[in-house]
Amino acid sequence: MYFSAKNLTGGYGGPNIIEDCSFEVNQGEIVSILGPNGAGKSTAMKAMLGILNISSGEINLNHKDITNLKTQERIKSGISFVPQINNIFTELTVRENLEMGAFLLEGNIQKKINEMYQLFPMIKEKKDQFAGELSGGQRQQVAIARALMTNPKVLMLDEPTAGVSPIVMHEIFQHILNIKKQNIAVLMVEQNARQALEISDRGYILVTGKNAYEGNGNYLLNDKEIRKSFLGG
Amino acid sequence: MDFIYSIVLLNNFIIIPALTYGCQLALGAIGVTLIYGVLRFANFAYGDLMAFGTMSVILFTWYLQSKGISFGVFPTALIALPFGIIATILISLFFDKTVYQYYRKKKSSPVTLIVVSLAIMFILNALVRIIIGPGNINFMDGARFLIKANEFKELTGFDEGLAIKSTQVITLVTTIFTCLVLFYFLNKTKTGKSMRAYSNNEDLALLSGIDPNKIIFLTWVIVSILATVAGTLYGLDKSFKPMAYWNNLLPIFAATIVGGIGNPLGALYGGFVIAFSEIGLTYAYKKFFIYILPEQLEPNSLVQYISTDYKFAISFAILVIVLLYRPNGIFKGKVI
Repeated sequence: MYFSAKNLTGGYGGPNIIEDCSFEVNQGEIVSILGPNGAGKSTAMKAMLGILNISSGEINLNHKDITNLKTQERIKSGISFVPQINNIFTELTVRENLEMGAFLLEGNIQKKINEMYQLFPMIKEKKDQFAGELSGGQRQQVAIARALMTNPKVLMLDEPTAGVSPIVMHEIFQHILNIKKQNIAVLMVEQNARQALEISDRGYILVTGKNAYEGNGNYLLNDKEIRKSFLGG
Repeated sequence: MDFIYSIVLLNNFIIIPALTYGCQLALGAIGVTLIYGVLRFANFAYGDLMAFGTMSVILFTWYLQSKGISFGVFPTALIALPFGIIATILISLFFDKTVYQYYRKKKSSPVTLIVVSLAIMFILNALVRIIIGPGNINFMDGARFLIKANEFKELTGFDEGLAIKSTQVITLVTTIFTCLVLFYFLNKTKTGKSMRAYSNNEDLALLSGIDPNKIIFLTWVIVSILATVAGTLYGLDKSFKPMAYWNNLLPIFAATIVGGIGNPLGALYGGFVIAFSEIGLTYAYKKFFIYILPEQLEPNSLVQYISTDYKFAISFAILVIVLLYRPNGIFKGKVI
């Protein structure tokens, strides 16, 4: 597997929020982490990024152990993250948001920016507007584009469709499918479980900080018990 | 003719002095606003950092003068300015490494940092008074006036004179130049943009690979440049006195908050709002009204709204009004 986290245990200093969690994602694959509120989904993602210190476990990227790397070093090695909130620079223009995403890249970034314009046509239209003036769905697109500017191998998304309308949600999922085609490993935490599984290759269901179920998207969608407990019938 | 005289009068006593004072306040306010934006605390030591910067410039000016170096019609202090800036940058970085860094690592609250900056204010203030003394120092040399009042009268044939001090022109030109460079840097260069990005959203800046230590270093450098330039311009214009800078802290903070704290462009405008209010409200308009009103309506009193002794009350009043009715400032800044 390209990016994997094994037996992660950790929390915010108090009791452990996640216990013995494991996730894996390959290039060109979309993997969703689902589960009820407070299951530790976002915490697991923070642990994989190194924002949260883990007490035990191991994180590997392309067969290299990155468990002891700091967040910024992990980003340099090819992991990119879109937080759930505050995920854009509101006081910078849309174009400047992309430029900041490419902060670590040397040389001409215009080619990369053009790629983003192609992937998200809306961004080209609004490139000189302040990102804070955009709508919720547009902000998410800018946020994802900013994260893609670092040329990541792994893209982690924390609830990319939180608080947007069903139409916008569909649109964002379409963009995520396009990102998958670029051979990027996509790992996302989602509240809209059913819709997320429809575009996911595999999924993990987390309950009270532990791996409860895992499997490919169709299996999780069709399993009776899982449907009843987590997908609303 | 009386109408033209009244305009000349206003220019001489309100507009030109207020523009000059506004520039000095604006440079100070931009510094305060940058510290607030990047380091996230209100730096009360800023006035005394200006005093320290000006003191360094004066010391270098004296050194240059003792070597017989001068700048012709310009004040020698302009040659000494870069050296003074370097000294100020060094002391800023010294206090950052020895004091602020410790509290930053501990993730102390902004209130704690304000108290810390108060302590540094006392240290800097004492340091300046020990080194150069508490008295008045005039370090302005070169030509005093661009145009004197009686020269202006001869030149135009007017009865009302207009004097333009060379320090006023130097202040205006230096401020315009400094602001152009600063805003170009903040808006057009990669490093400047990353500074704005860090100020706007620290966590996301870290996720984008922006190095916080570099941003903080750069902020102290820029702020020290602004403090030294603003302090030196103020000192050239009105002579140097350590406590004067401490007193200026109030109008500078008022300017910062009027413009919206964290917003450099706002701070620039804020400086002029404060300067024009202060000078406009403390000026005695008697002569002005004598020019424009018919004889029977001429005022007997000075027509001065507030005595100059109370000029700081004006900054304070503006500060309170803005905080009550528009805590974001005129331009959108952060709420404090």
